[in-house]
Amino acid sequence: MRIGLFATCLGDTLFPEAVKSTAVLLARLGHEVVFPPGQTCCGQMHVNTGYQREPVPLVRNFAEQFGDASIDAVVMPSGSCAGSVRHQHEIVAERYGDAALRSGVATVKAKTYELSEFLVDVLDATDVGAYFPHRVTYHPTCHSLRMLRVGDKPLRLLRAVEGIDLVELPEADSCCGFGGTFAVKNADTSTAMLQDKMRNISATRADVCSAGDSSCLMHIGGGLSRIKSGTRTLHLAQILGSTRTAPYALTEAAR
Amino acid sequence: MSTFLGMPATPPRAPYGTGNLRGERKFPRAAHDELLNEQLRRNLGRATGTIRAKRIGVTGELPDWEQLRDAGSAIKTDTMNRLPELLEQLEAKVTERGGTVHWARDGVEANAIVTRLVKATGSSDVIKVKSMATQEIGLNEHLEAEGITPYETDLAELIVQLADDKPSHILVPAIHRNRDEIRQIFLDEIPGVDPDLDNVPAHLAAAARTYLRQKFMTARVAVSGANFGIAETGTLSVVESEGNGRMCLTLPDTLITVMGIEKVLPRYQDLEVFLQLLPRSSTGERMNPYTSMWTGVTPGDGPQEFHLVLLDNGRTAALADRIGREALNCIRCSACLNVCPVYERAGGHAYGSTYPGPIGAVLTPQLAGMHAAKDDPNSSLPYASSLCGACFDACPVKIDIPSLLVELRHQHTEQAGTTAEKLAMKAAAGVMKSPRIYTAAQKAASLSRSVGVGGRDRVISRLPAPFDGWSDSRDTPAPPKQSFRAWLASAEGAATLREASAEGAARRAADDHQEEQ
Ligand code: SF4
Repeated sequence: MRIGLFATCLGDTLFPEAVKSTAVLLARLGHEVVFPPGQTCCGQMHVNTGYQREPVPLVRNFAEQFGDASIDAVVMPSGSCAGSVRHQHEIVAERYGDAALRSGVATVKAKTYELSEFLVDVLDATDVGAYFPHRVTYHPTCHSLRMLRVGDKPLRLLRAVEGIDLVELPEADSCCGFGGTFAVKNADTSTAMLQDKMRNISATRADVCSAGDSSCLMHIGGGLSRIKSGTRTLHLAQILGSTRTAPYALTEAAR
Repeated sequence: MSTFLGMPATPPRAPYGTGNLRGERKFPRAAHDELLNEQLRRNLGRATGTIRAKRIGVTGELPDWEQLRDAGSAIKTDTMNRLPELLEQLEAKVTERGGTVHWARDGVEANAIVTRLVKATGSSDVIKVKSMATQEIGLNEHLEAEGITPYETDLAELIVQLADDKPSHILVPAIHRNRDEIRQIFLDEIPGVDPDLDNVPAHLAAAARTYLRQKFMTARVAVSGANFGIAETGTLSVVESEGNGRMCLTLPDTLITVMGIEKVLPRYQDLEVFLQLLPRSSTGERMNPYTSMWTGVTPGDGPQEFHLVLLDNGRTAALADRIGREALNCIRCSACLNVCPVYERAGGHAYGSTYPGPIGAVLTPQLAGMHAAKDDPNSSLPYASSLCGACFDACPVKIDIPSLLVELRHQHTEQAGTTAEKLAMKAAAGVMKSPRIYTAAQKAASLSRSVGVGGRDRVISRLPAPFDGWSDSRDTPAPPKQSFRAWLASAEGAATLREASAEGAARRAADDHQEEQ
């Protein structure tokens, strides 16, 4: 397949390792990975904070960058950005866009996937040939879970990883407290949620807490770093990207 | 006189509601203080956890639970689409059966009507069934000011009233209190209570029962809310657990019911859906212990005078909003509160309204507005959510609360005019809509690393306002040396992808070879 990779603004700028692993993984599975160079941001932060006029150019740009019929699928290592493309772009286009934008948005929406659902649903791949001999726990992230309904797809992918010691995260489906600007506007409540999430993560004694969204991982990882926890965060793509020939070295910095 | 047939004038906007629909402080400030209350957090965590597990058990066991939710949602949506005609039908039926219907535009009118009706009976006290609508309009405070004493008869509601406190949960108003506190409240406030009262729940309940029995036997007027009002028959219904409601609804001579206009249902048969959805979602029971239904007045049986006060108080204003009106479908089960991670930590008082939790965050601003003054506390409510979506999944009538929150946030930013935040959002969009400027900004970010941002460990532990709340408990990584796109464009990036393709191809070839053998 010809896959349009959307790096997400956060992944591109702050967490490139997760995007590199996504690209490597898709290439390893035999697909052509294209990176439309004009891509930037999906506008999720704007919409979630209450701004719908401002992101119109971002929504338009996304539709233009990935609308090309030669791109079979648009894949991104983020449940919340995929959720934004699939659920919010049409709201913005309906309200402040023109007919062209509405149809452009509908076209890309239909072929947009978060990484784990693309691997499992579209490629029908659960064993992606990964090797990761470490103790891992997985936080499913709210938008993947309840907006995209990825269900246990990430866990199925992880279970097939060679050498992995996958441990269940208690109260996995409760929110980590990130919520974009929520973590800034309601920092105290967000922190209280984060503390409970970290307590559950620590209880697993995992080396790595993984998730499918760099934004939640930035929040969880930031908290774990502050309390000098023994657990570090790592994007799902980085675990799936790790192989026997090119294993992920846990001693390196987490990104 | 000329008749202009062009654009009709915008109809006047329905007025907002009055009463207990606005706190004194914005949510983050109020939550900050509530979060320090360890007792509250423990109680809330334990109570919501228990109800959550029970609810999942009794909703999971029904094979048609999802269809029930769809039916509930469809009936409510249909109801809102023809609310005026259904209300008139309800009025006609109640009147036909010997009741009297009153229309109250807002809380002020409703309070005045109830007060007038109570005074007409000559009674100076009333017993009350737990009711959100009367809390919303502050009926108790109003009655007291008029020299009438209201007695709450729901156990938790009684605790709250005796402590001169405010409810913090729709269904479990005293969820923020523990047994020892309740014991002390009873010792202090119930006249003639046994001074040796201990904190055993059954003993506390018995003390309340003795006290309330006296009221039930003597009161001549009761005030209730309503869970449902059936347009087709004029039947009103209250569902409850303790039986105190049944006492109030049957023993006095006069019954006054205050019902929000959105509580009407078209047909009697619709109850088959809601009497399954409500108890399972709220208390996690298959059936609630008491379901009372009454239609007008039955000679020789129950109250011989029945008044129904239909309360608008901002509901028409909410109905005017094509998206926001979905919040009126709420049946007040409180499932969304019990699954909400924000409610679980901040508690109900932080919302400042009769309606806390996720539904409160979307209903309160719509009933009472969120721009009454600069920095209206209600404008912070739509932001009191991480948009995790747990409420939507739990809601028995499938109200898409996260989408409503996002919509109300948008309405807020549209009304707020030019703010620093809006300018920042514009600037961010300005950078991101141009790949060229965006790439330049990324380079600048990477550069910040070489000038020492993040120090040697590449970790930023202190950020300026408004991000200081974030950095109080989280480290932030310094920007990496290279963005993804820069890496991809580099020789290293291209080589890595080529190697990955080759490795994958080799692996597949080996797999195929193995299969053939
Ligand atoms: S919004 Fe839904 S879940 Fe929340 S109280 Fe209302 S009916 Fe129950």
